[in-house]
Amino acid sequence: MPDIRLQNLRKDYGAVNVIENLNLDMADGEFTVLVGPSGCGKSTTLRMIAGLESVTGGQIMIGDRDVSKLEPKERDLAMVFQDYALYPHMNVAKNMSFALRLARMNKADIETRVKEVAATLDLTAYLDRKPAELSGGQRQRVAMGRALVRDAGTFLFDEPLSNLDAKLRGQMRAELALMSQRIKKNMIYVTHDQVEAMTLGDKIVVMKFGEIMQAGTPEELYRNPANKFVAGFIGSPTMNFLSAELIEEGGTLSAKGDGFAIPLPDARKSSLQAHKDRQIHLGIRPSSFAEGPGGLKMPVILSEYIGAQSVLISELGGERVAIEVNTVVPIRAGEEREFTVQGDEVHLFDPKTEIAL
Amino acid sequence: MSIASTNRMTPYLFLAPAGLVLAFALFYPICYMIYASFLDWNPSQRIGEAEFVGLRNYFKLFSDDAFRESMGVTLKFAAVVVTIEMFLGVGLALLLDRNIRGMSVLRTLFILPMMIAPIVVGLMWRYMYHPTVGIFNKTLKSWGFDGIPWLSDGSWAFASVVIADVWQWTPFIFILSLAALQSLPASAIEASRIDGASGWQQILYIKLPLMLPVLIVTLLLRLIDSFKVLEVILVMTNGGPGLSTEILSLRINRTASEFRELGEAAAMSNLLLIVLLILTFTMFIYNKAQDARAARLRAVEEEV
Repeated sequence: MPDIRLQNLRKDYGAVNVIENLNLDMADGEFTVLVGPSGCGKSTTLRMIAGLESVTGGQIMIGDRDVSKLEPKERDLAMVFQDYALYPHMNVAKNMSFALRLARMNKADIETRVKEVAATLDLTAYLDRKPAELSGGQRQRVAMGRALVRDAGTFLFDEPLSNLDAKLRGQMRAELALMSQRIKKNMIYVTHDQVEAMTLGDKIVVMKFGEIMQAGTPEELYRNPANKFVAGFIGSPTMNFLSAELIEEGGTLSAKGDGFAIPLPDARKSSLQAHKDRQIHLGIRPSSFAEGPGGLKMPVILSEYIGAQSVLISELGGERVAIEVNTVVPIRAGEEREFTVQGDEVHLFDPKTEIAL
Repeated sequence: MSIASTNRMTPYLFLAPAGLVLAFALFYPICYMIYASFLDWNPSQRIGEAEFVGLRNYFKLFSDDAFRESMGVTLKFAAVVVTIEMFLGVGLALLLDRNIRGMSVLRTLFILPMMIAPIVVGLMWRYMYHPTVGIFNKTLKSWGFDGIPWLSDGSWAFASVVIADVWQWTPFIFILSLAALQSLPASAIEASRIDGASGWQQILYIKLPLMLPVLIVTLLLRLIDSFKVLEVILVMTNGGPGLSTEILSLRINRTASEFRELGEAAAMSNLLLIVLLILTFTMFIYNKAQDARAARLRAVEEEV
């Protein structure tokens, strides 16, 4: 299986430019997730790779083949669509074998392949049914099955789980993760759901307005977001952002805001020197707050008890902040609690460029 | 009467005026026609004066060569025009189902013939087919070919009326097919492209099967219509030359006005009515079967 490279990819719809200059490398056998809010160009990018949208400029390389002008069928890929895109007039077996029948594979081989894949997806009992006679989850599995029997080099997924209810989505997500472990193929997966992105991807590509904001492993994106957008997009509940000033007191840099001052570790001192005495944006993950004495006194405005955790809504520096704490007993709203934040767990951003400092 | 039963009656109350009109405008004439078909009735007589002859008109029809030929022409006409129109209409729809600049104008142009009154269509084509001043023969002659006896030779005349009907009614099939095509699930077609289907294979394996329910209803509608065609042929050939284009509705018209055999004309009308009823019932049953199938699928879906 070859690696896939997007080089200077551009897409215009008439006079509207959707993607200006996209460059992305996907390694052989990698599970890449394109994630971002709606309208960020992730689906367009996927559809260009699939060959369903024309490419305005640049190249799509699969291995050392430029496929950007080729028909979808010449690109050796399989795709799972958001609405499953099953053929309504064919039964499950026919749906799954359509590509093989077009390729004039011999009948016995087709049957074995379809049965094999159907068995792994628990679809054996439904092979004679039409899509309309299946539940949402089953249709989703048929769509997967149709892609799997192809044994294509690259698998594309266009928000395949977004039409399922929450419980089924979790289940299918796990099945997908297992499947991707089993068959090591190039997979490109589009979603707007950062949880799906984090749990499935070897590599996550966060996009906004047709540009790549950051590409990296889930851990990289979570620990070292390159900018405020990625920081706010990845992680749940989302990161809190506060305005602060970078000041030096007694040889230690700290982020000082309205009612709080968080000392920063010395290791970051040299890189932050240039921003001293300037306004910055401070990002604190809800999970970075630790309850303990001697910390910031913060009111609990709202308490969302989930079980092992609670998400508290509080106020700091005039802003609403979310705090995630482990709980045994629910914390009641109206209380005041003390929280500390470690300096090496906060993220700092330039207020203008929003780039991480 | 309780409120519930009054409520149940309300829709029928509102329907009653339309029902009354229908009874007078439809059922009364039909009954009248059925009764008339049992009479030996001359237009100069009042209906009460006509002699009751039982089924004689019908027996006479079955042994009447002219009627049999006319029935044959009608069947041939319906089969030929509907087949050609289906192929052309669906083909055009497949061809024009794309987003190109100016396509909407083109689509509108294509459906214009359907909006012209049949009498006008007949006149238009009669002029175009005119042996000396018609555009076809003039063009042929200017290219050095002989003129074609469009309306004066039996086989040419049949072809000519077929062409005129195809010209007028292909758009009907075209717009219905186009609507069906545009309501097809776009992603299923995209999926077939990824699966490796060529343009033809997409049409053959995905588009046409998915359009089939609409195509069947369209076909039946056109078939019913083509059995009733009258004006265009009346104006163009009046059934001639000989009986070559005398379709059933023309035959009925002639039997009533020329041969002054109202009873026989009524019997013919009844036979035509029976043919149309069979077609209409086929369509009705087909629709019912589709609905039942959809309902069954919905039930299964709710269950799983």
